Amino acid sequence: MSILVNKQTRLIVQGITGQAGSFHAKMCKEYGTQVVGGVTPGKAGERIEGIPVFNSVADAVEATQANTTMIYVPAAFAADAIIEAADAGLAVIIAITEGIPVNDMVSVKNFLRNRKCTLVGPNCPGVITPGECKIGIMPGYIHKPGRVGVVSRSGTLTYEAVHQLTTLGIGQSTCVGIGGDPVNGLSHRDVLQLFNEDANTDAIVMIGEIGGSAEEEAAEYARACVKKPIVGFIAGQTAPPGKRMGHAGAIISGGSGKASDKIKAMEKAGIAVSKSPATIGETLASLMGKR
Amino acid sequence: MKIHEYQGKEIFRRYQIPVPAGKAAFSVEEALKVAPEVSKGPWVVKAQIHAGGRGKGGGVKVAKAVDELKAAVTKIFGMTLVTHQTGPEGKVVKRLLIEEGADIAAEYYLALTLDRAASKITIIASQAGGMDIEEVAAKEPQKIFKESIDPAVGLRDYQCRALTAKMGFTGTAAKQFPDILKKLYKVYWECDCSLAEINPLVLTKQGSLIALDAKINFDENAVFRHLSYNEMIDPNEEDPAEQNAKKFDLSYISLDGNIGCMVNGAGLAMGTMDIIKLEGGDPANFLDVGGGATESKVKEAFKIILQDEKVKAILVNIFGGIMKCDVIAAGIVGAARELKMTVPLVVRLEGTNVEAGKRILADSGLAIIPATGMKEAAQKVVQAARGGR
Repeated sequence: MSILVNKQTRLIVQGITGQAGSFHAKMCKEYGTQVVGGVTPGKAGERIEGIPVFNSVADAVEATQANTTMIYVPAAFAADAIIEAADAGLAVIIAITEGIPVNDMVSVKNFLRNRKCTLVGPNCPGVITPGECKIGIMPGYIHKPGRVGVVSRSGTLTYEAVHQLTTLGIGQSTCVGIGGDPVNGLSHRDVLQLFNEDANTDAIVMIGEIGGSAEEEAAEYARACVKKPIVGFIAGQTAPPGKRMGHAGAIISGGSGKASDKIKAMEKAGIAVSKSPATIGETLASLMGKR
Repeated sequence: MKIHEYQGKEIFRRYQIPVPAGKAAFSVEEALKVAPEVSKGPWVVKAQIHAGGRGKGGGVKVAKAVDELKAAVTKIFGMTLVTHQTGPEGKVVKRLLIEEGADIAAEYYLALTLDRAASKITIIASQAGGMDIEEVAAKEPQKIFKESIDPAVGLRDYQCRALTAKMGFTGTAAKQFPDILKKLYKVYWECDCSLAEINPLVLTKQGSLIALDAKINFDENAVFRHLSYNEMIDPNEEDPAEQNAKKFDLSYISLDGNIGCMVNGAGLAMGTMDIIKLEGGDPANFLDVGGGATESKVKEAFKIILQDEKVKAILVNIFGGIMKCDVIAAGIVGAARELKMTVPLVVRLEGTNVEAGKRILADSGLAIIPATGMKEAAQKVVQAARGGR
């Protein structure tokens, strides 16, 4: 078992005829994900890697009974793609696209508010349930099926943590990249809740970074509701204030968003915070060994 | 993306938010020439740099007569202005704003920005204007009024009325304030701002409101749909290395230490800086070569790192996913040869095709120090930096 995506997931790829879209559609399919269709307006009837292309999400859903989408549409049109997916009734929307204007995401977030769909990202590596379903740009082979949930705002830093876990023989239930933008879909708190309620997740790794207060909110939720052991790491402990560190959301501004505040909140909530990015796996292993 | 006060005020003028008469000047002569066009005096001479705290640092002066104006302009133009936001090295003033003076009765604070937790744009208003708003928020949070805006219906009249009442405006100001609020929201939304701030918003002795300052930041993700923003970039405000990096689609921030870093991915790049510090070293930069780094990108990244004379050693930390380690290794070897690199280079590769990548590095004949794991890599580079070049 897992959260968000599994063997039953039926995936379409929005922006499938683009370079990134077609490459990753192929990679996901090779991993074993059921990639049932793709969408690019005006390209209906084409096939990419044997996957049928449709003009709209609605057409694709009608023809394939897809329930999940992965979005590679360029930033200027990505907000529209997310709204189209939600309007077509897809349950899980995973937006990989980087660089979407923040005001566009404010509108998207508002549109999604009363709808029964889950947005992951944007500006994220995607979601993987090892051995079952890979949706996104992460290298599949570093993962191992297991019972540790991973949630992170970053891409390669997540691979680093997953690699540490796998090397130690610790498998993962699902790994969720929630993305590095200031306005995004699922938050750390939301994913903690999903893992907390998932019978097949025994422990959680939560990787945050400077900027905003999502980690503090997640810590508060963890303190109140989560009994499963959690290991945390916050990137950007040495980042200067006022500078955007690569991710649009990774910025310390107005005295808020500092790594030290996040670490303090997490420790107060009983989360075992690894000070070094090299000891995330070890910290989890020793925590689980104790129990 | 930050812009100058005078540029922000030009935008305000376009949206009919009241601002004092004023003109920008790029030299002492120009400043003295435009002053009579602005007003008969008194004037306010304001240094134009992208940092707050200009008044305290001596970058804002009031001049009552022409001789005072001359003195103020000569003093401020070309000065190195140090404020709490510039760092100790300060910023040289190369642009001025000459404005008419205002009769100030009271100062207020007004800003729009993103409330990340709510995913909504939020108005922040306070009677405690002209001060550091973060300090007010920390010490006297009851003095800060907030109102968040539903993007579907925009800023509503009742919200404006509520804020006007809280701010205590009466008469003309009470009529003006809702209008300014709506126009500032329009600026924020249409211009894709990440901050639109008026500090202070001034109530004049004549009883009307005027924006005495303008601080506007644009969302960098939205610059592509506002082509005119490129003209507003002031090269003096940009770190040349950071600007150069942008051209190659690299994300680079210069820091004070002596260990250059090249990493793929923003989170891992921050984590790499952190672990260098944990091992007793000091990072010279943040550099994310991105997910799809090519050989040419790696080369440009090395060039940018090596331009920083402080750099005594370089750490390359790559987690190859889609980007294969052997391709990256070939890029590193090619760049190191071409640039005749003499600085110690520690390379940690992990992920796809890692063994092939390591072999390329080992067979290169170059003095590349290989490392396994982030901890070992950080320890080795800290040691190398201590040993000097």
